[in-house]
Amino acid sequence: MKSFRYERASSLASACASATEPTAKFIAGGTNLLDLMKLEIEAPTHLVDIGRLPLAEIEETAEGGLRIGARVTNSALAADMRVRRRYPLLSQAILSGASTQLRNKATTGGNLLQRTRCPYFYDTTKPCNKRMPGSGCAALQGLNRMNAVIGVSNDCIAAHGSDMAVAMAALDARVETVAADGATRTIAIDALYSPPGNTPHIETVLARGELIKSVVLPPPPPGRQLYRKVRDRASFAFALVAVAVIVAREDDRVRAARVAFGGISYKPWRSAEAEAALIGATVTRASFDAAGRAGLRNARGYGYNDFKIPLARRTLRATLADATGVI
Amino acid sequence: MHNENVALTVNGRRHALDLDPRVTLLDALREHLGLTGTKKGCDQGQCGACTVIVNGQRINSCLTLAVMHADDEITTIEGLEEDGDLHPMQAAFVRHDGLQCGYCTPGQICSAVALLAEHKAGWPSHATADVASAPILTDVEIAERMSGNICRCSAYANIVSAIRDVAEGGRR
Repeated sequence: MKSFRYERASSLASACASATEPTAKFIAGGTNLLDLMKLEIEAPTHLVDIGRLPLAEIEETAEGGLRIGARVTNSALAADMRVRRRYPLLSQAILSGASTQLRNKATTGGNLLQRTRCPYFYDTTKPCNKRMPGSGCAALQGLNRMNAVIGVSNDCIAAHGSDMAVAMAALDARVETVAADGATRTIAIDALYSPPGNTPHIETVLARGELIKSVVLPPPPPGRQLYRKVRDRASFAFALVAVAVIVAREDDRVRAARVAFGGISYKPWRSAEAEAALIGATVTRASFDAAGRAGLRNARGYGYNDFKIPLARRTLRATLADATGVI
Repeated sequence: MHNENVALTVNGRRHALDLDPRVTLLDALREHLGLTGTKKGCDQGQCGACTVIVNGQRINSCLTLAVMHADDEITTIEGLEEDGDLHPMQAAFVRHDGLQCGYCTPGQICSAVALLAEHKAGWPSHATADVASAPILTDVEIAERMSGNICRCSAYANIVSAIRDVAEGGRR
């Protein structure tokens, strides 16, 4: 690990001011950052520890939702009874990721900003445009079984690893930030992530020194919430494909639907196409199949990950069937 | 770059240390405090051998810096016994033969002790069908909740028995 100067931030303002240095990084849980620092994939010269700032509360909002402090741990969020009752999708998604030890440290803000687990991002002997801009993408022709199939580019096909973010995308979460000059802004979770294009090293729209303060969940939408994750082993593994659905039926028709996929793109992939295909459709497996086809229409495989496209369609069909009680 | 003064409270004792900020909590415990019960396995948060309990919660001590833990209460495997008697979870691992080589065992035991507290607090897991319900600690629940601790000797069945025994108020 490269040397760095350690600073325990005493206030939000001082944290943001310190982190405007180009080689500074915030650290909260550290479960992803320290792993990458050991490999020298991340090499900050200044580490700003926000671990004692007050951002660890979950509170009710006036509109009937919840505001989740950026430092709320994944464990605390998944175990919160308000979340379990009103946003079970979010608890399910969080609990499907990592291990308890990691969830006890991992924070809400850090989870959103975790780096990809693409094996070539981790392998410093291989080219990677995300790790070393301009060096190329070894995953395109490589062992890309875990990589993305939609929304990515010929410069980077890395997938985002979060489960929590997939549920938050389906729940229309908003990210609240504060910048070094004290300015605050609210960003829809879908707009937080920058498409890889030809700049895959730029992953979010956040400015240097801009800190995620909280995540706001609007009131829960109508319908049954369900998260399903498909992976190589039963626990403690990243998703091959994950699906978050919120679906309401009225008699034999879908009245409202939200669909987000995990494991297939550079961000939690909310699918307007799948949702449009579902609304007003009959509650049948055929409709669910059609929604999956609509949602994955623009997907393409890169060889080893071709299977993700039919897997995502079938996982969506199965999850919608479970959520609506279709046999 | 300079060292940081940090006071770590481990198993109820306070230790003043002068550390390079790069030192992980795991390395501080083993190399600076001589508490070698906590093991280094993968050093990347995947195996759970380094599990310790910080402020009542289990964490991977390899993925956190020692300097981040001033003012925290840290419990390692060395701190579980009471007046020379094994902690009930340690005794249950012996009784149920919940180990073979023993390398993962300190992490397994710290993890299992925290697991029971989490269950008592009503935390759900991925194995809980209805996350809003109070989960029942079945073997499937125990296995899911222990998935952050890998046992290369594959003593899993006996580890689950040991934990179930203590959960049911088993013998000391």
